[in-house]
Amino acid sequence: MNKEKLVVIGNGMAPGRMLEYLLEADPHRYEITIFNAEPRVNYNRLMLSPVLSGEKTYEDIITHDDDWYAVHGITLHKACKVTEIDRDKKTVTAETGVTQAYDRLVIATGSSPFIIPLPGNDLDGVLTYRDLDDVHNMLLAARGGGKAVVIGGGLLGLEAAAGLKAQGMDVTVLHLMPTLMERQLDAAAGYLLEKAFEELGVTVITKANSQEILADNGKVAGIKLDDGTELDASIIVMAVGIRPSSELAKLSGLEVNRGVLVSDDMRTSDPDIFALGECVEHRDQCYGLVAPLYEMAKVISDQLLGKASEYTGSVTATKLKVTGIDLYSAGDFAEADDREEIVLRDGAAGIYKRLVLKDNRIIGAVLYGETADGPWFFDLLKKQTDITQMRETLIFGQAYQGASSVDPSLAVAALPDDAEICGCNGICKGQIVTKIAENGLSTLDEVRAHTKASSSCGTCTGLVEQIMALTLGDDYNPAAVQPMCGCTDLGHDEVRRLIKSRKLKSIPAVMQELEWKTSCGCAKCRPALNYYLVSDWPDEYADDYQSRFINERAHANIQKDGTYSVVPRMWGGQTSADELRAIADVVDKFDIPTVKVTGGQRIDMLGIKKEDLPAVWADLGKVGFVSGHAYAKGLRTVKTCVGTDWCRFGTQDSTGLGVRIEKFMWGSWTPAKVKMAVSGCPRNCAEATCKDVGVVCVDSGFEIHFAGAAGLDIKGTEVLGLVKTEDEALEHIVALVQMYREQGHYLERIYKWAKRIGYDEVRRQILDDADKRKQFYDRFVFSQKFAQHDPWSERASGKEKHEFKPLATVAMEPAQ
Amino acid sequence: MNALTQSWIEIGTLSDIPVRGARCVHYNELTIAVFRTVDDQVFALEDKCPHRNGPLSQGIIHDGCVTCPLHNWIISLETGEATGADKGRTTVYPVRLEGDRLLLSVDPVKSSKDG
Repeated sequence: MNKEKLVVIGNGMAPGRMLEYLLEADPHRYEITIFNAEPRVNYNRLMLSPVLSGEKTYEDIITHDDDWYAVHGITLHKACKVTEIDRDKKTVTAETGVTQAYDRLVIATGSSPFIIPLPGNDLDGVLTYRDLDDVHNMLLAARGGGKAVVIGGGLLGLEAAAGLKAQGMDVTVLHLMPTLMERQLDAAAGYLLEKAFEELGVTVITKANSQEILADNGKVAGIKLDDGTELDASIIVMAVGIRPSSELAKLSGLEVNRGVLVSDDMRTSDPDIFALGECVEHRDQCYGLVAPLYEMAKVISDQLLGKASEYTGSVTATKLKVTGIDLYSAGDFAEADDREEIVLRDGAAGIYKRLVLKDNRIIGAVLYGETADGPWFFDLLKKQTDITQMRETLIFGQAYQGASSVDPSLAVAALPDDAEICGCNGICKGQIVTKIAENGLSTLDEVRAHTKASSSCGTCTGLVEQIMALTLGDDYNPAAVQPMCGCTDLGHDEVRRLIKSRKLKSIPAVMQELEWKTSCGCAKCRPALNYYLVSDWPDEYADDYQSRFINERAHANIQKDGTYSVVPRMWGGQTSADELRAIADVVDKFDIPTVKVTGGQRIDMLGIKKEDLPAVWADLGKVGFVSGHAYAKGLRTVKTCVGTDWCRFGTQDSTGLGVRIEKFMWGSWTPAKVKMAVSGCPRNCAEATCKDVGVVCVDSGFEIHFAGAAGLDIKGTEVLGLVKTEDEALEHIVALVQMYREQGHYLERIYKWAKRIGYDEVRRQILDDADKRKQFYDRFVFSQKFAQHDPWSERASGKEKHEFKPLATVAMEPAQ
Repeated sequence: MNALTQSWIEIGTLSDIPVRGARCVHYNELTIAVFRTVDDQVFALEDKCPHRNGPLSQGIIHDGCVTCPLHNWIISLETGEATGADKGRTTVYPVRLEGDRLLLSVDPVKSSKDG
């Protein structure tokens, strides 16, 4: 009796596994023929990365060698691409002319790398990362050393980058999204990964949008990004994703969407034809990882043997195969309010673990730095095990289950006196206990001052606090420091200190290293962290607009009805006929309902629709108006009186000084708003003595004031001191504001900050210490290089366009 | 496959909305805010806080919620309900991703409390 004919198109890992299942169950049922477009036997594609990095050879990763096919009586056509399926005659025909009849056909054509439609993508030196040929090409290119650019910061791209680096190339990864592997990782783990790659010596550029591949004599010479950056490269690897190879199925008239459509029995729209692997689309999903493909392979094997078997979709887990980087992610880790999360961060050890729970079951897991428990969590996830009983210790992993729960303070109590608590300063438990008793210390700051413990990196703060609690008993009140928000136990001072000392330069970096309890913060801490980072790293930090309150994001003030108000800058409160005419025209043109003179000597236009803002700004910009930052935690106004220009009592050019200060300081961000004034004589018409910073001019010079308030609180200013010249006045004022910028808590006005640290301390650092003053001044000047850009003109010429336009306007009822 | 009961309107692509940001869709007199979270989930709510009609699209997005820019009410993106001590609900609209395409339905999702 003739055997049934089984033909397989494709010889990747999925059909390889399917044949193993099939042959194990019934080795003789089918006469099997395989067509492989690649010129070789079946190999383990997952192991391409170790081949690229040199840790394995091609021979090491072969799954089925030539013998295997011979032993099982399988005909394997190598380098033989099938170009036609005749479903009526039930035959397939290959490029080489071979025609083969089938009773059952399995299409396993896999996927192909997505080629980005960039100019120059067909140049010699543009590679993909998909099969052994690609690896050979990369190894060949790497032999000469030189520079490589990998486009794509996903699993494949990163593995390619690490491999090329291991081969001695100078590698840059370009990634379109803000964090690496954003489909598998949350921002915190993405940050750690980026850090790890930079430690490997791979440069990572996120939010990188490639524009053009540069050529030299028909070969790749580099790449240009849309921000104008140009990078040299002798090879460019595109690893931005894969698309199912479904052309053959489509040509044959099978139903195809993104991939070849199959139902739960893995059959295509033709019941004699199955589809398997990465070319498949099942229940709207296409898979690129091996586990689901193996599950499909099992179902097809069963079906081929006439057994009932169904594939119902897979939950997938991902592990990055780069030596030295441990990363594991599985399931769904999106946030939603019916979900809870457990986060464990160990900043010093670079560990981040996050479990997402729903109804007491794990639905997602991200592990970084320590992934040994990945499979255990994945197992709990797949089995939907109720974890209520082990919830308290779940995140610590399997080894901690079953043991009685441990009270951390008992562990500290049990430590011997010579146990080192603070590694940075070499302080042991006994020293801390002794100092507390000797000096009657009761606060963490006092303990830090006397022992230095936890005063450097701060990671031992928890231990020090437990020692204090054990030593002081009820006298210790750890709640003395107000945490920034519910996402952390650290106060603002602590966070600001650690941002500087540990050189944290992004919001995910802060949240990871300082062990934030939530994955992406809240509306309280995000704007604060964004300010601290802008203030501390003006040249390096990329401002995160989505962490700014709407007024600072839209550069206008939101009103109760959702419209905005616009206040252009009028330097020192002076204006002109041209400016007033421009305002009048804008008011008419945009039908602005209310125009109001503000308390800060300028003009406010209220009730402007958000969509109109860029056009309003463009018109105002034509006469030279820039943003007044009336919406900003930043420099607002410098009020002036007319001074010696006009006033019969004026002692100095108060208007001139006010304009000079404002032109020098506009655009700077501060912890809370900063309002200033310059009065030309002690009659003080500009009301300088209730401002954040004020100047009262006198015959002998300039009296500088600070820390006034005239809002929620009313408070007259403190006098900083008297200086003789305008230049000195400016230097003192700038230094004072910079000191506040570096030390203030977010939303803390100058009067509260100065009271907290002491008015004398401000005078000591700004008035008495000329070196300190100069340093503050220089740091302010440096940061202004990056701050003094008019946000209005930038947006009028198209920046952040999406902010001001609706996504869509749907006018009609949708068709039914 | 199930019969389609929802009418989906294509409103743009995922990349049109910044991560942790929102954009608006105007539908006659109605404004619907479409949100994109840090992990690329999308949600749609009427652009009105249940407190004093503040435009939720302008708020800060965090932890599956948006904080209203007017008075800091925190609204769940999934249910439209105010969280914490505040009480109220804004209308939720079905929105989904098909590849990169964003599809919105203007038939509101019923609250579980509506029965």
